[in-house]
This record gives sequence, C-alpha cells and structure tokens, in this order.
Amino acid sequence: MNEVAIRLAGVGKSFGTQHVLTNIDLVVRAGEVTCLLGPSGSGKSTLLRCMAFLEEHTTGIIEVAGAPLGFALTPDGGRRRLPDGDIVKVRQNIGMVFQQFNLWPHMTALGNVAEGLRMVRRLGRKDAEARALLQLDKVGLSHRAGHYPSELSGGQQQRVAIARALAMDPKIMLFDEPTSSLDPELTGEVLNVMRDLAADGMTMVVVTHEIGFAATVAQNIVFLDHGKIALEGPAQTIFRRPWHPRLGQFLETYLDRGAAVLVRDT
Amino acid sequence: MRFDVGLMLSWIPAALSGLWVTVGVWLTGGIGALLLGLAVAIIRRFGGRILDRGLWACVAVIRDTPFLIQLFLLYYGGPFVGLDLDPYAAGLLGIILYGGAYICEIIGAGFDAVPRGHQEAALCIGLTRLQMVRRILLPEMTLLVLPPVVNMQIILLKETAVLSIVTVPELTMTLTSLGSEHFAFAEALSLLALGYWGLVELASLLGRLAERGFSRYRLAT
Repeated sequence: MNEVAIRLAGVGKSFGTQHVLTNIDLVVRAGEVTCLLGPSGSGKSTLLRCMAFLEEHTTGIIEVAGAPLGFALTPDGGRRRLPDGDIVKVRQNIGMVFQQFNLWPHMTALGNVAEGLRMVRRLGRKDAEARALLQLDKVGLSHRAGHYPSELSGGQQQRVAIARALAMDPKIMLFDEPTSSLDPELTGEVLNVMRDLAADGMTMVVVTHEIGFAATVAQNIVFLDHGKIALEGPAQTIFRRPWHPRLGQFLETYLDRGAAVLVRDT
Repeated sequence: MRFDVGLMLSWIPAALSGLWVTVGVWLTGGIGALLLGLAVAIIRRFGGRILDRGLWACVAVIRDTPFLIQLFLLYYGGPFVGLDLDPYAAGLLGIILYGGAYICEIIGAGFDAVPRGHQEAALCIGLTRLQMVRRILLPEMTLLVLPPVVNMQIILLKETAVLSIVTVPELTMTLTSLGSEHFAFAEALSLLALGYWGLVELASLLGRLAERGFSRYRLAT
C-alpha cells in the first residue's frame, strides 16, 4: 500500500443549520487517482474544497502529507485552530484546479504560471519565467506564453491553470470539475493532460462528471450522496457491479450520453 | 439686441485664465478624491466592522446632500467650528470630499466584483493574504473600476462650476461676471458651455485611450 497523502477523519461541514457533509472518513493514497462522484448537491465539491481549506470543516480532522490542515486535535479530544502561517505551509502540498479556471486576467499565461514561483519561491523574474515556460510546455502551451487569458480558449485556459498549480511542485493535485465549463471538444485536451499527469504518478483527487475518465483513470471511486460517502472502493469493482441502488440510479442518467456503455465495458 | 460674437471673442483671454483655474482645481481635486476614495474603500474593507460602519455613515451623508450645500457649509459654516478656509481651499476640500465619497463606493463595488475564485487561486498557489491583495485584488479591481471612475472624474470636472459660488475665479465665475458686466448673458453662457464641452471631450478621449490600453486584461469568460 502506498503512503497516505490525505486522511480525513470524521469530517463534517455545515453552513448554519444545513449539513453539507457528515462524518466523512477517507484515505487518499499517494500516486493514486481518486474520483469523487455524486449528484449535484451531494457535497463532493465542498469535500474537495475542504481538502484545500478553502472551506473550513466544522468537525473532524484533515491531515495532508501527515500534517493537520487548519485544525489539530487537542489532548482532550477537541480541536484547535492552527495559525494562518501553518495553513499556508500545509497548503503548499496541494495544487488546485477550478471549474472556472480562475486565471488572473491582468497577467499573461506565463505571468500566471510564474507568479507563485516569484512571490512564494522568491525566484527572480528570469528564473521564474524560464521554469514557467517549461511548465507551459508540458501542457502543450509554450507557444501561447505571451497571451492573456482573454485571448485563450477555455481548454487552453484550463491547461494554463493546471501548469500554474504544477509549477509549485505540489504532492497532491485537486481538480474541482475541471471540464464542466468546457464544450466536449475542449474537454478532451484537458482530460489528456490529466491522464498524462496520472500516468506520471501524481496523486490526484478529481471531482468530475466525466464517468468515462473516472472509469479509465481512477484507482478509487468515492460516491457521495447527501453529504455522506454512500459507496467507496476500487474503480474496477464499483463500476462492474453497481449493485448499490443509488449508484445504479446515478449511472443510469449517463445512459443518454452513451457513457454508461463505456463504463460497463471497462 | 443681437448676439455679439466679437464681444465673445474678446473674452477668450480672460476665459482661458479661468479655464486654467478650472483644470487646476479639477486635476488636484480629482486626484485627491481618487486617493481619498481608495483609502476609505480599503479601510472599509479591511479595517473591521466599526470603521466600516462609521465611514459608511460619512459617505451616506455626503452622497445624500447637494454639493452646493456642502460647499456653502464648508466655506460659510466652517468658521463657526474654527475651519477658516480661503475660497480655493474650501473648493478643493469640497471636491475631494464629494468625489471621494462616490469613488469610495465605486471602488468598494469593484472589490466585490473581483471573482472569489481568483483570490482562492492565489491562496492555493501559496500567496499570503497581503500578497494576494497587492498582486491580484488591487490590480483586478482597478481594471473593473476604470470606466466608472473616468465617468466620475468627468462629473467632478463639471461640478467645479459650483466653486464659483465661493468666489473661486474659475471658468464659470470668470465668464458669468463678464456677462453681468456687459449685460451679455447669452454670449457669456455660450462661451462657458463651449469651454466645458471642449474640456469634457478631451477628458473623455483620455479616458477612452486608457480603457483601450487595458482592454487586453479584461475578464476572460
């Protein structure tokens, strides 16, 4: 078994009286791809955002690369909030890719990728840009380095966003519906970059509606429903026998798009 | 009685000296309003709840009263509270406070309009909160507020006409007094309108050039 990259124990999240996540126990292992699936509102995006501490979990403990994220256990079994500096440090293990790309519009593709290298790694402009260019090359976009986000297609923007996250050498990459705002044609180019990344052994947690991607790339599937883990296991077994009624029902909805066929044949 | 173009032309040198005063008051007042508005917007956003509420009330008072009344109060009411300002100082302070109140609201809305995701992306890259504000939030806000701030500056340019009531010898004061002297109001007011029209067109042109220069950085969708 690979080492543990992220461990969640009893994690819950509520907004006021609304419980979005309840009692989530989950282990993400290094070098594996874990896909979070589930219907809209099942809490999968919130769960992913908790792993980057973009949402503060209201109960439980999250450990990233062995270090507690945001909250640590106290001897009496309670939690204490860790200082912001610690959060920044633990977050450095994590790269995040968003549904809306979230490139900074006032910087070129190169500037977006170089920003963290300059501001966080404290590299000089030249060194940072040289490394950023290599990173852009890996996602096939070095020829677009001087373009602003508004001059790039959605697929290109998302690839720049992936390069921006990778430039910081994260141990774990989190993807929050990375292809949901792309048309099918552009989806492919982003999924290909993600496949390459998985093949290189990157630890990845992916919230996606691309069942085909989940079935062919993921080692682990986590199926969420109503803020709880309804089903969890290796991709092979989960998709071969969707005996779980809720998962079966969920996968049925993909029949229309022909993806369920792909899933069954895996 | 006929429209005397010759008389109008003979006023041009005097009008130009008034024009320079208008431009001077507008530039200093406009820049001052921008700095004040930016400072107040930043304090309101990052300075905690009490400061935010207090400054909100000040902004509301300024926005809810006519500029004419504010200026009267500053110039004629000021001495009662030990604020004895000469016409220039009262006029400039008036423009800065009035413009600052509006620009502060524009900039506040600009901060709100920067997508949360852009800020989250910065934090995920490892930027500290201060770096995020300096490198992402402020520049993006600037792009968003550029058109409404240019618009506000043009409004301020026209509002400088009100300074004539506290005897600042700007364009309006100069020409209306010439008009009364010669009993030629149509000529004076026509020249006055022409003067403002030319100035505002010039200011709009500069604003458009600035916006065009920034258009590459617009939000991608």
